[in-house]
Amino acid sequence: MEHSMRVKHHPILGEAEERKTVTIYFDGEPLQAYEGEPIAAALISAGHRAFRTTQKEHKPRGIFCAIGRCTDCMMIVDGKPNTRTCITLVRDGMKVETQHGLA
Amino acid sequence: MKKFETEIAIIGAGSAGLSAAIQAASAGAKVLVIDENKRPGGQLFKQIHKFFGSQEHKAGIRGYQIGQELLRQVEESGAEVMLDSLAYGLFPDLQMGLIHQGKAAVVEAKKYIIAAGAKENYLSFPGSTLPGVMGAGAAQTMININRVLPGKKIVMVGSGNVGLIVSYQLMQAGAEVVSLVEAADKIGGYAVHAGKIRRAGVPILTSTTIKRILGETEVTGVELVDLDSSFGEIPGSERIIDCDTVCLAVGLNPMTELAWMAGCQFEYLAPFGGHVPLHDENMETTVPGVYVAGDVTGVEEASTAMEEGNLAGIAAAEALGYLTPAAAAEKKQAVYNRLAVLRSGPFGEGRRQLKQKQLAAMETYKKKMGGAAVQ
Amino acid sequence: MRKEGYLYTGVPSAQELASFPGKPSEERMRKGRVAVVECLQEIPCNPCESSCKFGAIQIGENITALPCLDEEACTGCGLCVAQCPGLAIFIVNKAYSETEATVDFPFEYLPLPEKGDLVDAVDRAGQVVCQGRVVKVVNIPANAGTSVVSLAIPKEFADDVRSMKRLGE
Repeated sequence: MEHSMRVKHHPILGEAEERKTVTIYFDGEPLQAYEGEPIAAALISAGHRAFRTTQKEHKPRGIFCAIGRCTDCMMIVDGKPNTRTCITLVRDGMKVETQHGLA
Repeated sequence: MKKFETEIAIIGAGSAGLSAAIQAASAGAKVLVIDENKRPGGQLFKQIHKFFGSQEHKAGIRGYQIGQELLRQVEESGAEVMLDSLAYGLFPDLQMGLIHQGKAAVVEAKKYIIAAGAKENYLSFPGSTLPGVMGAGAAQTMININRVLPGKKIVMVGSGNVGLIVSYQLMQAGAEVVSLVEAADKIGGYAVHAGKIRRAGVPILTSTTIKRILGETEVTGVELVDLDSSFGEIPGSERIIDCDTVCLAVGLNPMTELAWMAGCQFEYLAPFGGHVPLHDENMETTVPGVYVAGDVTGVEEASTAMEEGNLAGIAAAEALGYLTPAAAAEKKQAVYNRLAVLRSGPFGEGRRQLKQKQLAAMETYKKKMGGAAVQ
Repeated sequence: MRKEGYLYTGVPSAQELASFPGKPSEERMRKGRVAVVECLQEIPCNPCESSCKFGAIQIGENITALPCLDEEACTGCGLCVAQCPGLAIFIVNKAYSETEATVDFPFEYLPLPEKGDLVDAVDRAGQVVCQGRVVKVVNIPANAGTSVVSLAIPKEFADDVRSMKRLGE
């Protein structure tokens, strides 16, 4: 299943280029990610789409705009809450945690 | 606090901003382009379809390749592009607040061109907050920039060009699009885009909407319902289809925050996405020295955004004395001609009329102010 | 009642298909390869006109006008097929053989079929109408990712077949 969401071949964009992998930790679980990709892309490629829970109703939420505008994808990254994971790039050893409410 | 001084500061390194930078910098002005992202290009690099228009509009060239060409021209022009720099405020004294690489900074420029773009609209219905519900543009970013599928079985909501194009591109990336639903009785976007996804077997369900989304922790399906001519649900027409992702292509709205802060006058033009700043033929707003270009002036398309960027860049360079009025007029006329073509035909005509309304509102405002708003 | 026609379904009705100016005559299609320019909507676009070396597709100064086909000037070379941003041009040849016609169409999916493959030929609504035999696949850098697939199909389906089912679905 790992990386099954990756688009490796593409009729227009061609083959995905080889990229260096790094390890990030999602709620403690180690995940392989590609260097330079946003946290959200790494999580979704590994099958994780719930990034946080909402403040009032505690409902799970994932990405909405993916360009850093809507803040739906906020998580706690290396201890820093409210980090927009769609535009924050992964770094080796990065700790990414599900955010509950406003953390 | 770090201070960046320049002649023209451009906010947004997308279609409009880069085009403005090329025009102004190649005329000789000192140009600083500011963008929050870590890569320039705005939303151009996720556009992998061939553009329409004619040769002079770069027709037949795919969006991301136009993006590469713009970046090359920016470099050649001498404009500086500063990334990881979030413009958070444009103040009445025309200083701009910036978070530059995580630290507060300030920009001081003689002219500002706001080319901040637009963001996707949201649509609310039961289950619409579940993971797996996202903007169509978000899905497009995921597949074409990040090369990750946001899901494998997609329901698309909205039949405008964004909904049609992103459906097609999701299939190109290897996903299945199980249905496209549209509340109106008619397809909103180009017939050729609709034709492509129909040939690929995607049903386009007009007069249909999503009643609710199924799933506890993420999307597992949707309940669709037919709509009557006044958009009322037709009882008994509900049915459930399986999917893991719902993409919303229900329009965009301009990112006008900086223009509001600067004190620009606005007009509400719904088909343009909401409140849009008034501007003249030079793309200058009611605040002298502050220009706008691209989707921030009313949501259109990348081709028109590039042309508006060209206009703003030429006009700002002219205002600073880098182009003679005659040279600027000639360049501007070429842009007006290209824009007139893009804003024609059954799709473009409405946008042309809206633009005229926006320009007319600017004229009215100028008259009311007795010319005081004009430099 | 949902209405018919491309504005409502994305698929042109029989009436709409009979009337667009990019359509060659039945007689011309029976003579050999010719472009069928299925552009029914006035959008600002003219790469088909500029791509034709024979002046067989005309739009004119007003680029939102519909493309007109000069069926005698058209050689069926197929250059326009991959140049149309709307992927709306096809090459039909009803003189391919006694029983078969060919239809060339743009195809932007992976995997690509190979010459000799038997594939499901589909109509404008994606419905399988018959089997098709791949006679040619053109995938050249100049077409920037738009491949052109040529399918041999029973002659009676030449007006219906406009693509093929994606492989690996």
